[in-house]
Amino acid sequence: MIGQAVNRVDGPLKATGRAAYAYEHWEAGQPLYGFIVGATIGKGRITRIDTEDAEGAPGVQLVMTYLNAPAQGPRDESIPFEYWRAQPMLTGPDIHFYGEPVALVVAETFEQARDAADLVEVEYRAGRGRFDFGEFEDDTYIPKTVNAGLPTDTAVGDFDAGFAGAEVKVDQQYTTPYEFSMPIEPNASMVAPHGDDDLVVYVSCQITDAARDSVAGTLMMDPERVHIVTPFVGGGFGSKLGIHSETILAAMAARALGRPVKVTLTRQQVFQLVGMRPTSSQRVRLGAGHDGRLAAIAHDVTMHTNPDVEYAEQTAATVRSLYAAPHRLTSHRLTALDLPRGTDVRAPGEAPGMLSVESAMDELADALGMDPVELRIRNEPTVDPERNVPYSDRHLVECLREGARRFGWENRPATPASVREGRWLIGYGMSAAIRGHFQGPTTVRVRLEPDGTAVIQTDMTDIGTGTYTILTQVGAEGLGLPLERVRIDLGRSDHPSSWGSGGSWGATNSSTAVHRACAALRTKLLDAALGDTRSPLHGQDPSAAVFSDGDVAIGGASEALREIVARHHPDGVEAEGQTRFMGDDPNYSDYSINTYGAHFAEVGVDADTAETRLRRMLSVFSVGRVFNPKTARSQLIGGMIWGVGAALEEEAVVDPRSGAFVNRDFAGYLVPVHGDIPADIDAVVLEGYDDKANPLGAKGIGEVGICGSGAAVANAVFNATGVRVRDFPITIEKLLPGLPAMV
Amino acid sequence: MRSFTYERATDTRAAVAAAAQPGAKFISGGTNLLDLMKLDIEYPSHLVDISRLPLRDIEELPDGGLRIGAQARNSDVAADPRVRTRYPVLSEALVSGASGQLRNKASTGGNLVQRTRCPYFYDTAAGCNKRDPGSGCAAIGGFNRIHAILGASESCIATHPSDMAVAMTALDAEIELLRADGSVRRVAITDFYRLPGDTPHIENVLGDDEMITGVLLPPPLPGRQIYRKVRDRASYEFALVSVAAVVSADRGTIREARVAFGGVAHKPWRSVEAEDALTDHPARMDTYRAAAEAALRGAVGRGDNDFKIELAKRTLCRTLAQAAGAS
Amino acid sequence: MSASDTHAMRRSQVETAPPSAIKLNINDQVRQLAVDPRTSLLDALREHLRLSGTKKGCDHGQCGACTVLINGRRVLSCLTLAVMHEDDEIMTIEGLGDPDHLHPMQRAFVECDGFQCGYCTPGQICSAVGMLAEVRAGWPSHVTTDVSSSRVALTDDEIRERMSGNICRCAAYPNIVAAIRGSAEGGAT
Repeated sequence: MIGQAVNRVDGPLKATGRAAYAYEHWEAGQPLYGFIVGATIGKGRITRIDTEDAEGAPGVQLVMTYLNAPAQGPRDESIPFEYWRAQPMLTGPDIHFYGEPVALVVAETFEQARDAADLVEVEYRAGRGRFDFGEFEDDTYIPKTVNAGLPTDTAVGDFDAGFAGAEVKVDQQYTTPYEFSMPIEPNASMVAPHGDDDLVVYVSCQITDAARDSVAGTLMMDPERVHIVTPFVGGGFGSKLGIHSETILAAMAARALGRPVKVTLTRQQVFQLVGMRPTSSQRVRLGAGHDGRLAAIAHDVTMHTNPDVEYAEQTAATVRSLYAAPHRLTSHRLTALDLPRGTDVRAPGEAPGMLSVESAMDELADALGMDPVELRIRNEPTVDPERNVPYSDRHLVECLREGARRFGWENRPATPASVREGRWLIGYGMSAAIRGHFQGPTTVRVRLEPDGTAVIQTDMTDIGTGTYTILTQVGAEGLGLPLERVRIDLGRSDHPSSWGSGGSWGATNSSTAVHRACAALRTKLLDAALGDTRSPLHGQDPSAAVFSDGDVAIGGASEALREIVARHHPDGVEAEGQTRFMGDDPNYSDYSINTYGAHFAEVGVDADTAETRLRRMLSVFSVGRVFNPKTARSQLIGGMIWGVGAALEEEAVVDPRSGAFVNRDFAGYLVPVHGDIPADIDAVVLEGYDDKANPLGAKGIGEVGICGSGAAVANAVFNATGVRVRDFPITIEKLLPGLPAMV
Repeated sequence: MRSFTYERATDTRAAVAAAAQPGAKFISGGTNLLDLMKLDIEYPSHLVDISRLPLRDIEELPDGGLRIGAQARNSDVAADPRVRTRYPVLSEALVSGASGQLRNKASTGGNLVQRTRCPYFYDTAAGCNKRDPGSGCAAIGGFNRIHAILGASESCIATHPSDMAVAMTALDAEIELLRADGSVRRVAITDFYRLPGDTPHIENVLGDDEMITGVLLPPPLPGRQIYRKVRDRASYEFALVSVAAVVSADRGTIREARVAFGGVAHKPWRSVEAEDALTDHPARMDTYRAAAEAALRGAVGRGDNDFKIELAKRTLCRTLAQAAGAS
Repeated sequence: MSASDTHAMRRSQVETAPPSAIKLNINDQVRQLAVDPRTSLLDALREHLRLSGTKKGCDHGQCGACTVLINGRRVLSCLTLAVMHEDDEIMTIEGLGDPDHLHPMQRAFVECDGFQCGYCTPGQICSAVGMLAEVRAGWPSHVTTDVSSSRVALTDDEIRERMSGNICRCAAYPNIVAAIRGSAEGGAT
């Protein structure tokens, strides 16, 4: 079952509109509708807030502001991860960033709530905010660690000497913009009071356990009284790792009114209220010999952070494990701006970091006159060059070679700006990909019912990643059941807890836990049968047991699992399986465990207008064992397309006068559409098995697709035009001055 | 969205009278008006639904032209065989705009009077003389990548977002307006739109007591018609710059031309200067370049949109080369 | 609320207009409901009729998630009012098929893995069904080489252009194109 290209088991529900997302649950009855009012200044203080008109408007049940919001628990920094911390809202008159919620209006209908929200009158005294990254880029501080607890700075050897002595050098500055996750389902929540003082929270989130603790911590409730329900999540990409104002405000209103309340962010509010990928300025220095061997690598990054909630993307961390070089330096610096908090956006740090580093590698190849694939192969390390531990299962070179072969890399125009087809300047580009593989604590319960069906329960989510499908496969294989006899029950905080979906760890965490739970359950079943004189398996050798098609067989004897359960466990039998935090697993300190890939892209750039269009793309990955090649390919291609967007389109612009995002909708913040993505795009996965990662040999695939893919596109643009753009995204105005004269 | 009352119009003249009342507005496709009403940028107190009025037909005119009913949907106009064969620039412009779903709803009349996509117009907390006269123009000194390079004022640098209207401008279209008293007037499309001046909230000459009932296209010039739209992504985006060109060339010489730009001004920008620079000149790149220089002579960049001046010139040159070369 | 807008004017528009009793023909069933005239067709479907298969992604016509078929044509239900659609035939994703009786386009999406999170999916599927009808009718698109020709070939480029009004942030685009192509070749309508 594992490794088969099974269709998504939740596919028919999703394709027919029957999958219920957070805003679409009716079991608690007709809810009230909340609408958030956001601040229209970026920094300052509310001087007057008048809710009288709003409160008097038809249908309005409640207008909550800082003046009447309940006391809330503080955001507790002793809790190790932000997503589990309280997120208090409407705590006072101070405004910290543009769009910050200043009121929630709750009414009988959505139309009434939206209208009345416009009647809340707020006056402000605007303060002088720090909004412009360029202005404050040099006013930095050093964070204690960067995201995921990684070290802020690293140094190996003597970078200055190594770089000074290098025969060929690249020393360039790259910038990346604010970017947003922007799943198509906006952040949404419905909170229903239940029983004495319980809350049922239907919320679009990636980590159920974090949502529960965050709601409970904010509302100062016992976490056991908060019941998160999130069976379907309309995309997350980091933006739903934590819960946000929509959930906290809905919960406070539901408690105040004793009725279900639902709140969704408008698309425009998503741009202000859930956080974004920080903007960055990155200096990359590469020093190499004429033979292409790197002597020195440095990656120094400055990013924005919100002053109250520090977030440091691990932008310079990826290069630490990528190429061999004796002299190395990485650093992260932050400048505090009065903007929404930075947060994890798909491949945090890795995506913008790889965009720059792999562009710089292309610049080095160009300076050396060397094939970019060959340059990377020449710098393949034998051990992780900064941690000085072996790689668990590194196949970057195979990815590079296989990708080059399949793509037809040998046809690459050797000279930039040398190939033209009609209006199009044609270029090829490539990039390497690497991303760390992580593991976190997850518990799964597998239960075999008396009718012989299995139910797998965990608070793990499926945000489009295929959790329902792969856990069905792993469970079916683990218990020897046909797929249709395995049911997956996800997204409830009353189930055993997990680290949810994020960091590309969800599939391997939960699958490994299911694998272990099935093993424990098999042992229970065998113990029961073998010790039971009524069983045909009585007294047989358990090590010879084969579970298949709902039966367990030993030698010539067999018995249906259903029979064993019915006889010994008339109410069903269950077992749990777990994974642990990677810090407690020696493999994760003894080895450098990563996923790898190589991206190849062909672009056309309009010779007159600089419009850039992807013509084809192929990437080859090494990610250990794959649970389901169909869903894996989809997810990898999705990541690759995110890279295309980062290279060519995505950019959120802050107005430095107000601190507001100017282009805060899908008409202004461009993400790739169908027309941007050619049908000739594919992801190929090498056969693999990483025995250091987990007993299934699998690693995460949610983010490696985006790592480096943008650089492949950017490098193709250079190959097409001879113009190197280091300020991403590569838009028309940046290429236009370098285009050929018209004839 | 503020509260309003709704009526479905069944009689055209009665609808004009109903919409002439203070606070009333027509609604048809709704694709722009409801977008703006949700953001409290438009707030009619009464909506007169004219989508089912008998104004959907596309009819032959005695002079060989075509009359497009104001309620004809963008999709229907783009797919009409007469439009496709005789006015392909109009079909091309229509299908380059918005998305299939939006074109199925958007009406011809509504497309003509759609509002700007300036993000500051869309942000009720920002100063915008168009939305709120006297409140200033946040786009000047703000993020103005998509803004006007021609015909703008210190009050407003917004652009008109239509593709359709740009093609109609190059086709010398006339707009037919019906008054509540039953009288009809026709206005050349170039006279229909206004430049912002110091009244950017008044975008066209449509009176409160008038309804657009149709668009009249005169018989097309002989020659090749091309609509070229330049944008960041391949589809579903407003134009950074667009060009509608109709070029009549004969043995290497341009006899007559019509040139209109989109995305560069408060209105579809007809360039008589470019047309004059083309007429009776050889069909070659230096002519096109001279036309482009003439067309953009008064262009002013505001920072982020500076590149649109050169982009408009290059787009025009290539479009003319294609239009003249193939005829 | 704008500065030039007087308080009294604003107040006068707060009083909710009486709900309109309307009949909508949805998925071949006549449904009666009383709606505030401000109710979009999308919210009428989702919040009044609890047909939440039609999704709200942006509420401003910029994502395509709310696509439904009205009289066979694909439109965005977020940018039209429920009260404007009496006498129309509205088809939503729920009407196309159910999990046990998938419409061929729904089956093709499942088979080709034409989605991940599934939130844009109903809009993609309704759009695809409407789009194929447009191609059959010979409508041109932005990538049609010669708009004057009434024949349109259903190439991948035509599918991509015509589906560009449906954003998929999971970026299942190539699989969606494959699903639509497969469905069209299988004669799906």
